[in-house]
Amino acid sequence: MENRSVMHPDWPAARILRTMLLIRRLEERVDALFAAGELRGTSHLSAGQEATAVGACAALRADDYVTSNHRGHGHFLAKGGEARRIMAELFGKATGYSQGKGGTQHMADFSIGFLGMNGITGGMLPIAAGAAFSARYRGSGQVALAFFGDGASNQGTFHEALNLAAIWRLPAVFLCENNCYAMSSPACHMVSGARIADRAAGYGLPGVTVDGNDVAAVYAAVAEAAARARAGDGPTLIEALTYRILGHSRGDLRVYRTREEEAEWAARDPIARFTAAAQAADILSPDDIAASEAAVATEVAAAEAFARASPFLAS
Amino acid sequence: MRTTTATQLVYYADAIREALALEMRRDPAVVLFGEDIALYGGAFGVTRGLLDEFGPERVVNTPISEGGFTGLAIGAALTGLRPVVEYMFMDFIALAADQIVNHAAKFREIYGEQARVPIVFRAAGGAGRSYGATHSQMLEGWFMHVPGMKVVAPSTAEDARGLLISAIRDDDPVLVVEHKDLYKVRMPLSAEARPIPFGAARVLREGDAATVISYSKAVHTAALAAAQLAQDDIHVEVIDVRSLKPLDTATIAASVRKTGKALIVTEAMGVAGPAAELAYQVMAGAFEYLEAPIVRLTARETAIPFAPPLEAAAVPGVEEVARAVRALVG
Repeated sequence: MENRSVMHPDWPAARILRTMLLIRRLEERVDALFAAGELRGTSHLSAGQEATAVGACAALRADDYVTSNHRGHGHFLAKGGEARRIMAELFGKATGYSQGKGGTQHMADFSIGFLGMNGITGGMLPIAAGAAFSARYRGSGQVALAFFGDGASNQGTFHEALNLAAIWRLPAVFLCENNCYAMSSPACHMVSGARIADRAAGYGLPGVTVDGNDVAAVYAAVAEAAARARAGDGPTLIEALTYRILGHSRGDLRVYRTREEEAEWAARDPIARFTAAAQAADILSPDDIAASEAAVATEVAAAEAFARASPFLAS
Repeated sequence: MRTTTATQLVYYADAIREALALEMRRDPAVVLFGEDIALYGGAFGVTRGLLDEFGPERVVNTPISEGGFTGLAIGAALTGLRPVVEYMFMDFIALAADQIVNHAAKFREIYGEQARVPIVFRAAGGAGRSYGATHSQMLEGWFMHVPGMKVVAPSTAEDARGLLISAIRDDDPVLVVEHKDLYKVRMPLSAEARPIPFGAARVLREGDAATVISYSKAVHTAALAAAQLAQDDIHVEVIDVRSLKPLDTATIAASVRKTGKALIVTEAMGVAGPAAELAYQVMAGAFEYLEAPIVRLTARETAIPFAPPLEAAAVPGVEEVARAVRALVG
């Protein structure tokens, strides 16, 4: 049974489920708010990729560093970010993580090791390597994990960061969420080579491909990579195969992919798979699942109410 | 604290090395990154010997990956270190521009006070050594344009040491523009190292005929021209702004209010360059005192050529400055 493997004791099945559900429901609500014209700008939603964010963060220490990208709401929530402060930021309010100055792709909370989302594709990879350098220099035992997408694997920063982390054996984990598309461009057209994980070999690093919609598989791969990093054995490149359920951003008509393909991936939905496996393993009951759904619905509604009630920063 | 006031003549490069060594002794969070900076000591020998004292963990040779090691240093700065990054030639900073502009400079702006980026970017700029088009530019204007950046450009050994000390202690990203043609120039250096605050210009020569405003190596060009003009009883005031951002607009305005005329001399390009900003500040601070249009002398609109006479002609020279002053005061 794929999800039966024991994950971190701090992350029992109920927490795994609740965090994945929180990401899904928050993203769905944000999508609806954009559709209704209530939010401005753009957003890049991570619905469908919850297992990658949660599996990875569950495998990290609370003080480990994470860098994110433009599609980072899920990473942030998985690392411990508060839904209400994320929602407030999306509404541009003073109570948001960046006081309304950042928006959807520019939020951070250093107190939980979340070094930030950023709108430059691939820009945070060397920064994660630097956090890893700093952690080793200070002897803190921390690990730095960089989330990035298949698109970022074609940036120079990806290659430079992997080389730097490899030559200095930095305590870093590079986690590529291959969600099949860089905006509208399929990875199979834009990424040379069979697998992004294969690129690790070019830097003498282990490259691992995992089912990114299997939270336990992601957890296991990141736990092993983090342990390796912490032991001083250097970085690992992990490619997690997943799928972006919603479009790239607001206004994406998804003309570049078929409804059949979307249905295939819907059958591999990470949350449904986790709940099915957890029930089969008798670690979650239907009542637990209903309770999680109810708690998450309340939290997302409260987050939105908090955001709406908050003021803008004085300009 | 030493009380001696003895001053010795040292190379500009040695003054920079002294600042690095002093700050590294003072603060274990200071770490150097750059290409060939360890055993080799950097292309211009600025970091020579630092490896022996501080070891390879703190004097870190990087691969030729300007974007990568700049981002890495920014990540280290975000998480407790105070990196000093060397760009062997300022031209190479173009490869790191995304990390500086979209990351280092923006983090505090968007993530708030939790995201201070105490990092120094040292770049060897300027022409005069026949290194050609991709090894000779002055690109400080690009970075003055970015909110969140501080930019300084010392012309003397004393300023190079003092401004670098301030830059290392600063909690925000600072670009320090060093001039490669000054590294091997001996200049006076006081015995006691002190930080020199940003935003404080230096009046190196007083006069009343016109104000010549400059920075970096062009200050020496301006000073030589001023000395030549003095023989003809034309006494210009020469200001080394030292710090381009923040800029000491008060000293500039006070001088131009006195002289009524302003000439700006830079080795950077003219269009949308530092001289344009300096000219605006002269206008804003001394408009009603101006007796003539502000004049700027900048690099010619060209890639810096290789051949020594062509290269010399591409940037403002002593004769050109003197002619411009004569025309201005004429």
